[in-house]
Amino acid sequence: MTGSPPDVMLPRPSVSVDAVMAAQRAAEFTKRSIKKDAKVAGLLMALSMLDLTTLEGKDSVEKVRGLCRKAVRPWDRDEAVLGYRLPSVAAVCVYPALVGTCVEALGPDRRVKIASVATGFPSGQFPLEVRLDDTRRAVADGADEIDMVINRGAFLAGRHDEVADEIREVKRACRREDGSFAHLKVILETGELETLDQVRRASDLAIRAMADVDFETGIPAPGTPDFIKTSTGKVQPAATMPVTLVMLEAIREWHAATGRVVGMKPAGGIRTAKQALHYLVMVNEALGPVRVDGFDGCPWLTPDYFRFGASTLCNDILRQLAWLKSGRYQAGYDFSEA
Amino acid sequence: MGTNGRHSAPTVDPLATDRSVASARPGGRWDYAPAPETVKVVVKPSYGHYIGGKWSRAGAGAFATINPATEEPLAIVAQGTEKDVDQAVRAAAKALPAWSGLPARERAKFLFRVARRIQERAREFAVLETMDSGKPIKESRDVDVPLAAAHFFYHAGWADKLAYAFPGRTPRPVGVCGQVIPWNFPLLMAAWKLAPALACGNTCVLKPAETTPLTALRLAEVFDECGVPPGVLNVVTGDGRTGAAIVSHPGVDKVAFTGSTEVGKKIAAAVAARGARLSLELGGKSPHIIFEDASLDQAVEGVIAGIYFNQGEVCCAGSRLFVQESILTEVITRLERRLATLRVGDPMDKNTDVGAINSRDQLDRVSHYVSLGREEGATYHEASATSLPTRGFYCRPCFFSNVQPSHTIAREEIFGPVLSVMSFRTPEEAVTRANNSPYGLAAGIWTDKGSKVFDIAGKLKAGVVWCNTYNKFDPASPFGGYKESGFGREGGLQGLRAYVRLDVPTGRTH
Repeated sequence: MTGSPPDVMLPRPSVSVDAVMAAQRAAEFTKRSIKKDAKVAGLLMALSMLDLTTLEGKDSVEKVRGLCRKAVRPWDRDEAVLGYRLPSVAAVCVYPALVGTCVEALGPDRRVKIASVATGFPSGQFPLEVRLDDTRRAVADGADEIDMVINRGAFLAGRHDEVADEIREVKRACRREDGSFAHLKVILETGELETLDQVRRASDLAIRAMADVDFETGIPAPGTPDFIKTSTGKVQPAATMPVTLVMLEAIREWHAATGRVVGMKPAGGIRTAKQALHYLVMVNEALGPVRVDGFDGCPWLTPDYFRFGASTLCNDILRQLAWLKSGRYQAGYDFSEA
Repeated sequence: MGTNGRHSAPTVDPLATDRSVASARPGGRWDYAPAPETVKVVVKPSYGHYIGGKWSRAGAGAFATINPATEEPLAIVAQGTEKDVDQAVRAAAKALPAWSGLPARERAKFLFRVARRIQERAREFAVLETMDSGKPIKESRDVDVPLAAAHFFYHAGWADKLAYAFPGRTPRPVGVCGQVIPWNFPLLMAAWKLAPALACGNTCVLKPAETTPLTALRLAEVFDECGVPPGVLNVVTGDGRTGAAIVSHPGVDKVAFTGSTEVGKKIAAAVAARGARLSLELGGKSPHIIFEDASLDQAVEGVIAGIYFNQGEVCCAGSRLFVQESILTEVITRLERRLATLRVGDPMDKNTDVGAINSRDQLDRVSHYVSLGREEGATYHEASATSLPTRGFYCRPCFFSNVQPSHTIAREEIFGPVLSVMSFRTPEEAVTRANNSPYGLAAGIWTDKGSKVFDIAGKLKAGVVWCNTYNKFDPASPFGGYKESGFGREGGLQGLRAYVRLDVPTGRTH
């Protein structure tokens, strides 16, 4: 696959989604019984896919430093209790003002990425120039990943071209001086889109707009590992299984049409290890059989292409891992606050 | 790693992979560990009939019922003779006056009690059903047993409202009902038959299928436990000869049969000679129609659920798929991909989607149709990665494309996980081809356009038409067929009609 726009268009530009059957299918994934080795493997996978998040007005430098420490080593007592070292999480996710703190705490050779919400998060109700500047500053401060919000007002009003233009602009703003890109995650805020038809339309639009910048820059398939993301976490409902399923289907079809691989990040509302396993079952069965050039196995079962946006999830995963090992639940105070 | 759930260090550090974008790298894989159902169910070495509130001994001619997943015998069950059937019918006739004379709310109490007891013993019923039938525990647990309980609850509710069900008429019990049920949903079909019959004040002689008698016998235990008077329910086990004895017994006032069209025709002939009431729920070759404006991912889910549910051993299985020509390739690609994710194997594993075929006979029949499909020139598709257990009656779920309407696999009921995919160009053609079948049990329509749904649904000759969904069952919703799929409805108000005589106030009966 070259960097030029593919001559393959999605066969049906506006794909409809039947909400009842989508919900039924999503519920089926929660019926899988994940035990023993598979459960441990799933929990470790979920842990390594976490974007450990704090997005509050009261976030402090101290809190973010603590978050970074937990991100690198989720549990200090892992070796003592579990007998092995836990993986780091995938990223920390903070407001732009705290990116510098993360750079300081995680160092230059960091394995844990720094994700920053930008573009006037969470509402996006700011002039485009302000949103782009927000993005540029976060990238300049050292963010590896930018979680942007789409302009829901424009999307719901049917001004889809405007939304796509803005996504392209933001992605261009993610380009660093050396030509590399901070990876982009486009938050659809599906709780405000309401219908699964709209979720699918917004997913297709965001995926295409991000790829357009790859095409103009000449980045070959599988492309920049950009993501689509469900929610800011500030709107209810946040991530749900049916919404995530529909977004995964959009990702799957885009890959089938172009060979390009886009990541998925459900965020908000995933608080328990059990829920995380349900999502991973969904990824495993909705995208697992998809063969991708250059990958041995399923790219979406790695932190490169699948993330959980969550904070309380981390400690529940640790609790479950400890229980699987010892048969006993640890007290809440055995784990540091995320 | 031990089997006790404790674990050692993971072998793979999920972050130890090369994260540079372009290079090839090991990716994620996730295999599910076995998740066997752990509840153990006690099965007695042998079972006799349940007649007049008493258990007989298995006696002469008794045969083994086997677990189709392992081919191991589960128990010895009795072969019902004409004498056994006669005793059962007499017991039912004896119990009839008292049962039909009970105040309706008292009859309802018994049925509510049975429903509650099925719920309380749900896990036991589910495990036993899976052992005897080969269906996945996921389905017996989430579909068969809850629906069976729901049927008793629903019809218990009708008992004291019957007087209002048929305005201007007074419903009376029909009498002794002889009910012969199939092996695909053993407990659920027993519930479909017994709940309305008993709610309406009839008494019953039930014959479960010879390969799956265990849950019906356990249901008799539940009736006993709930204090249902002796003779109200009688269970006689055995093969087709026992069924024939019930159907032709002069003391049986009403015959209800669910099973093959072939046997149904014989029963209709036998009953015609003496004027007992009859309802038949027979075979099907139900069509799915997918229009190009359908939500494709969801339509494919519906097709998968429609044909591979219970290994395709479902009378309303959506076994013919008509796809609008413009999306045919796309649908086939999606079907293939989805087929690859079906987990086939040990039905007692909670993650199994497709279990064992009910018997060797049935497996042979399905295999025969699969080879016939290939011989007749259709293109065979299967999930190649699927490995099947070495023992037990397993069949790879599959589908055929390039199927012609004249092919045997497009016309005859296979009763297995085999789908025939065909195409159409216009809605009219879709309807014509869907209706071009001796059967008319169910149909599925997939389109995003509401007007098309109503238009097509009205033109399909099928007892049930599901729109943008499939295999939705509810005790309040009548189920039954057109043409060679039978007559009479089960479930809902319409289902009650088969179990009542409607007297007019003058006393004249109809």
